[in-house]
Amino acid sequence: MDGKNIKYRIGKSNVAQIVTTIFAFACVIPLLFILGFILKAGITKINWHFLVSIPKPVGESGGGIVNALVGSILIILCASVIAIPIGILAGIYLSENGKSRLAYWCRLCVDILQGVPSIVIGIIAYFWLVKPLGGFSALSGSVALAIMMLPIVIRSTEETLKLLPSSLQEAAFALGMPFHRVMFKVVVPVGISGILSGVMLAIARITGETAPLLFTAFGNPYLSYNITKPMQSLPHLIFDYATSPYDDWKNLAWGASVILLLWVLLLNIFTKLITRKWKVQL
Amino acid sequence: MESTIIKSKGFNASFGSNHVVKNVNIEIPRNHVIAVMGPSGCGKTTYLRCINRMHELIPGATSSGEMTINNENIYDMHPIFVRQKIGMVFQRPNPFPNLSIYDNVIAGYKLNGIRLPKAERDRIVEHSLTRVALWKEVKDALNKKGSFLSGGQQQRLCIARAVAMEPEVLLFDEPTSALDPISTSTVEELFHELKANYTLIIVTHNMQQAARVSDKTAFFYMGELVEYDETKIMFTNPKDKRTQNYITGRFS
Repeated sequence: MDGKNIKYRIGKSNVAQIVTTIFAFACVIPLLFILGFILKAGITKINWHFLVSIPKPVGESGGGIVNALVGSILIILCASVIAIPIGILAGIYLSENGKSRLAYWCRLCVDILQGVPSIVIGIIAYFWLVKPLGGFSALSGSVALAIMMLPIVIRSTEETLKLLPSSLQEAAFALGMPFHRVMFKVVVPVGISGILSGVMLAIARITGETAPLLFTAFGNPYLSYNITKPMQSLPHLIFDYATSPYDDWKNLAWGASVILLLWVLLLNIFTKLITRKWKVQL
Repeated sequence: MESTIIKSKGFNASFGSNHVVKNVNIEIPRNHVIAVMGPSGCGKTTYLRCINRMHELIPGATSSGEMTINNENIYDMHPIFVRQKIGMVFQRPNPFPNLSIYDNVIAGYKLNGIRLPKAERDRIVEHSLTRVALWKEVKDALNKKGSFLSGGQQQRLCIARAVAMEPEVLLFDEPTSALDPISTSTVEELFHELKANYTLIIVTHNMQQAARVSDKTAFFYMGELVEYDETKIMFTNPKDKRTQNYITGRFS
């Protein structure tokens, strides 16, 4: 091979490396821009008053987002209570009976469910819950969000448990433990970091969902703790107020955006910490 | 007390259509060490796992024939009950990684929801760890995770975990194949101590080990029990040609 040819090849190799580096860097830029833009626009709107008071009517300045903050927390809490037990149990089934026919169909349905647009899930919740129950409620929004959480919780539980060595279960079975104890006293505790990180990701995912809440939780300009009645939530408040023509309301939407962003950011960091801290060394 | 503890009569085991244990008849005497040897894939591990009904946990696994403990059919009892009577130690040490050494020993009680007074638990832990010659090494580190121990110590911890349940029979599935020579000899010494209280059935593909530790030896080949006799006789004067070929190293 002559010198010119090898130089050309080295040059091509370098170009390829530089191009991949540039594009990797390019992926960081959108997030930095979004963070910078929203923080700049919203951070000045946030103060104690903003966090503890409800929005003021048009024309009055000030007001806060406490109704949306409390609403989001309650709706997500209810969704988690519904989705986490079902998701973890189904994940255990899939990892234990990976080859059964039911597991095949369950996995297929879960994958498809993950791809269903959130607005469609919202409509379903509207027809199944809101109409029969005769009114909008936070609970129906929670059910819609729970359906969105399920695939993430199920698959992360399944993947985590599948990675655990089978010798762990054998040890437990050989001590004469019944199935439920093998699962809940041995397998799940050892895999808890993976399961929890899936749960956290699922919560982070639904935190910003607006579409399913539009026709379920409906929104509420006042502070409400009653999950059987309409309730405000952060993304819903942003949607309502950002599209309004009033500057005061737009400012509320900016502030709420910052809160929502920080929430998701913190959840992600928290997930990473949990995964590291609670990881069981095998 | 009757001397036979485990008895198989016409026992068969399969994975799907793969017939791996064929018509095994064996009587295992109480408080003896029995070595089960044979080349890879001869069905010795499968047979061992049938004794405490671990075999059936694998999808597609089936078995037939008679297998009794103290003349009671093991396959008429509930597997949970069987496994508490017949303990098992595996090829690779598998202590519970999320539990401390103390909790690992007591795991058979704790994780089964059997509540014991603290003094009783302490007694069981100390007694079991002493039995496996681990007490002195770990008595100051009982709250540390079991997975921090060395491989040999972990294996002895697993034996202690099985011993803590006070079973009648202990099954060992190639218990030293993942251990270094020094740990291996420690574990082998244990077998002599343990046989005073338990019946030990040890699967091994190491002939020297079988000769060293056992009172009786069973030789499996292609799923059949070829020969079963006193270890001394097996290694000096085997009756079957195949046994002879195996122990003289003509195949392995």
